[in-house]
Amino acid sequence: MTPIPPFERFYLAHREPILGFLARRLGRERAEDAFQETFLRALRAYPRLEHGLHLRAWVFTIASRVALDEHRRSTSAGEPPDTPDAARRPAYAELEHLTDGLPPTERAAVVLRFGYDLPYAEIADALGSNEQAARQAASSGVRRLRKELG
Amino acid sequence: MTVSPDLDRRFRAAAEAAELIDAAYDLVDSPLGPLFVAATTRGVCRIAYDAEPEQEEERLARGFGLRVLRAPRAVDSVRRELADYFEGRRRRFDLAVDLRAGGEFGRAVLAELARVPFGETTTYGTLAARAGRPRAARAVGTVMNRNPIPIVLPCHRVVGSTGKLVGYAGGLARKELLLELEGARLATHSSTSR
Repeated sequence: MTPIPPFERFYLAHREPILGFLARRLGRERAEDAFQETFLRALRAYPRLEHGLHLRAWVFTIASRVALDEHRRSTSAGEPPDTPDAARRPAYAELEHLTDGLPPTERAAVVLRFGYDLPYAEIADALGSNEQAARQAASSGVRRLRKELG
Repeated sequence: MTVSPDLDRRFRAAAEAAELIDAAYDLVDSPLGPLFVAATTRGVCRIAYDAEPEQEEERLARGFGLRVLRAPRAVDSVRRELADYFEGRRRRFDLAVDLRAGGEFGRAVLAELARVPFGETTTYGTLAARAGRPRAARAVGTVMNRNPIPIVLPCHRVVGSTGKLVGYAGGLARKELLLELEGARLATHSSTSR
């Protein structure tokens, strides 16, 4: 089993790609708050991790959620609740639940692609692989889900 | 994308303020070289000379939990008291210590060690007797060698029965410097030995 590194190591290994990802989603200025929130959430959840596999995909999933929350907060004021962002929310919430049984890489790829609408290039970043591998992971995850859900 | 020192500092401070860290650490300058200093919410839990940060982080994670983070503010009180001590303004530390990672005998010995006053020395045998195990001088030596919080828990004040310095995990030169700083009389510097 891959041991979980002390948080300092985890933070140093992922802080730059996470900031880059958040800056692309939210712009440089808002990315800083989201960055802090992402790693605080990771810190809160860290004791519940069971192994050190796929930590990069894990923290990207957190960052995606933070970005979405942040995006929703900034657009929600005065707008009707049926904006695309509000409509997207159940998609990732439901997907995270539905994909529980998938192998971790496929799960991360499916959730990031269809739950958070991330392009494959960014999913590849999150998985620490390349675009083609990310595409394959997502599609085999979907195939597996279809089979499982009948 | 590079994380600016300011953003990095803000995250570490926020983590500390939210009390989400199991063991926080920083590197502290001292006349004996940089010290790796760590603390939990209970108190200071580690001081190390010549530290390999990654190794020390692993050690903290095993003893106190995985949320090990460099967070300078969390060790500010230790930094202050150490500076006072090295500048001769402090003879006793008022810091709480967290010894939960050690064994029972070790804790008993370290509690006795903490009572050895500034500028005085004692022997391994005396310390063993005070901890209730008069014949365990050798085991006391091992506890001193593994002392997780040197300087604050003054294992430099423990010498051999002849007054010789014997050993120090941070190197004998440091032991000698600490005792000199405290003005202790050393066997190597005087003709009388115990």
